[in-house]
Amino acid sequence: MRQKQLRFIVTFHTTAEAMALEKLCRTLGIKGKLISAPRALSPDCGIAWRSPIETASAVKKAIAESGLEIHGFHEMEL
Amino acid sequence: MIYLDNAATSLPKPPAVIDAVVHAMKHMGNSGRAAHENALDASRLIYEAREAAARFFGAAKASQVIFTCNATEALNIAIKGLFGAGDHIITTVLEHNSVLRPLYELENQGASLSFVKADPMGRVRYEDFEALIRPETKGIVCTHASNLTGNLLDIKRIGQLASERGLLFIVDAAQTAGVFDLNIRDMKIDALCFTGHKSLFGPQGTGGLVLAEGVLPRPLKSGGSGVQSYLRSQPAELPTRLEAGTLNGHGLAGLLAAFCFLNEIGLAEIRRREAELTRHFYEAVSKIPGITVYGDFSQERAAIVSLNLEGLSSSELSDILSEDYGIATRPGAHCAPLMHEALGTVEQGASRFSFSYLTSDDDIEAAAAALKELSQ
Repeated sequence: MRQKQLRFIVTFHTTAEAMALEKLCRTLGIKGKLISAPRALSPDCGIAWRSPIETASAVKKAIAESGLEIHGFHEMEL
Repeated sequence: MIYLDNAATSLPKPPAVIDAVVHAMKHMGNSGRAAHENALDASRLIYEAREAAARFFGAAKASQVIFTCNATEALNIAIKGLFGAGDHIITTVLEHNSVLRPLYELENQGASLSFVKADPMGRVRYEDFEALIRPETKGIVCTHASNLTGNLLDIKRIGQLASERGLLFIVDAAQTAGVFDLNIRDMKIDALCFTGHKSLFGPQGTGGLVLAEGVLPRPLKSGGSGVQSYLRSQPAELPTRLEAGTLNGHGLAGLLAAFCFLNEIGLAEIRRREAELTRHFYEAVSKIPGITVYGDFSQERAAIVSLNLEGLSSSELSDILSEDYGIATRPGAHCAPLMHEALGTVEQGASRFSFSYLTSDDDIEAAAAALKELSQ
């Protein structure tokens, strides 16, 4: 069983938003990956961005500077 | 077969487009429906295509690009999603049924329509657009080029008028996307509707709607979106708002390759070559006794030459060209009933010869030689 750790999660309204954030983070060299959106954050299906907790401020800054629209920021044990 | 029916669909397609579709069909999952790599690869590729289309048509954000299965679907979303009962809409007699029929449906529901007329050469008077505006006018819907004559409309001029008068402006770019520069911001277009399989050189079943920022048509379809699944309604956000159901990911892989193909050549070179082919054919056939060519050849135009040969219906002419000479053209009404009425060709129809960047000079000469022989 994979050991849980605190992660930074971004949720989206649309798949296009998720693709845009993945591309942005890849460009900026921010670690992370797209995952199935955790049930606890949203009852919807869909995908979410998961990053190491220490990248949270970098991800938030990148989103703010790019004008990218997202649904919300979260921190949770995953 | 000498293929001169590119206004219906371009043929041949660039090999890179075909390869991209085949590759996608071997590897692609369903975009937005899971986070495994096959699904994510589909989402990534579709997002790349969305970005490519946004750049190509001057949209600021990829989410302003809605993928559809063709220009008809895009036009239906734009027309039915932005207009309704009580609205007055201005359009032209140049339009294809993909514009006319959605508008007639709205008319039956209480909208009213006005048509900018065309002269016998298929030309409009731009002052007519302004003269038709009423207090209840909500928008203008028009084609960028007649699919029958190839005449272009000055979209920038009409867009400027629409913007000044606070009207929505919807453009049917089925015959021009991939040849002429189209920028929704410069041309003040609110909804640009395109198909992927004509001058863009993509696969059939691809197309799209490019929306200006803040323009939000009501959804035409509702259904699966892969997100916000417990909402009873279609999600409000673009592009998901207008893209219910699985997208044509395989086709969009081809469309992305097609955008790359066009960007590599450049639209200026494509226009130069298409104009050369069109001029070559027009000069060869317009002097043949018994041939009537339709449209205005004194201006820049789409690569379309529609004509009739005296004594033959257009269906007879196109069938003879196909059976005896192996030349593919399109006869009949071309889904443009009002344009045929304006040209006086309802009975005879017209045989349409249409070219692409990949048409050869030999094809043009063979078609002109066949027409010359048939006229004798």
